[in-house]
Amino acid sequence: MTHPAESTDAVLVGRCRDGDDEAWRALVERFSRYVHAICTQGFRLAGADAEDAFQDVFAKVYEQLPRLRDDGAIRPWIAQLTRRTCIDRLRESGRETPAENVEPPGVDDLIPVLDEALSVREALATLSPACAEILDRFFARDESYRTIGEALELPPGTIASRISRCLEKLHAALEDRGADLRPEA
Amino acid sequence: MNANDSQHLGRAIGALPPAPQAWVEAAAGLPRARRELDVLLERAQEDSVLRARLIADLESGLAESGLSPAPRLLTEARRRLRALPPA
Repeated sequence: MTHPAESTDAVLVGRCRDGDDEAWRALVERFSRYVHAICTQGFRLAGADAEDAFQDVFAKVYEQLPRLRDDGAIRPWIAQLTRRTCIDRLRESGRETPAENVEPPGVDDLIPVLDEALSVREALATLSPACAEILDRFFARDESYRTIGEALELPPGTIASRISRCLEKLHAALEDRGADLRPEA
Repeated sequence: MNANDSQHLGRAIGALPPAPQAWVEAAAGLPRARRELDVLLERAQEDSVLRARLIADLESGLAESGLSPAPRLLTEARRRLRALPPA
């Protein structure tokens, strides 16, 4: 059987629905950054508000997964659940009145950016663990060459060239997957 | 691959920094937490002392049982506790 982390969204959802705890963990890990980004970048939630919204989203996903009609459509469904949850959180925290449109400007533009980022992460997961880790540490965790070198026991002078090679592999992996990346000019 | 591609990929990776690990672990542990809550509430149905303790201070009662549930699970636990038939 395919490891849950390597399963398609639809397969993963099916296994979660069958009560597979390992599949649930893989689903949470697959979408945790996405949900976190919508809450914190899109809705600018922070601290306990962000954490409560994050946990609430996954509780709703867990409860409502049996009712999801298209297992392959979990990504837009999670995006929508997260948006609604963040709106509820903003209303509950009293920063806005229910009558107002509480969704901050820019969320509509952010979601496609995060969707593409999630596709890039899926391709990243197909690279060697060493490549995936060095790219994640540099770009997503904002670690310096020195920190990366110490953590991975690599000479700092080799980090830049490794990042460059791994980016090329990632680009090739995305092309293999037929990803439509649109770099800005 | 040109420099624009590299920058674009770098930005895409950077758009999704990791969520705090403790949050991820709590969400990943949701099925187990729910099962443990089920067991605890079954016990509370039979054990009036346990039930009274949970009603008086649910969060402490759950913590004593090794559970530190998210707000939504707490709300559900309160609702189910109130709905329990008398012991």
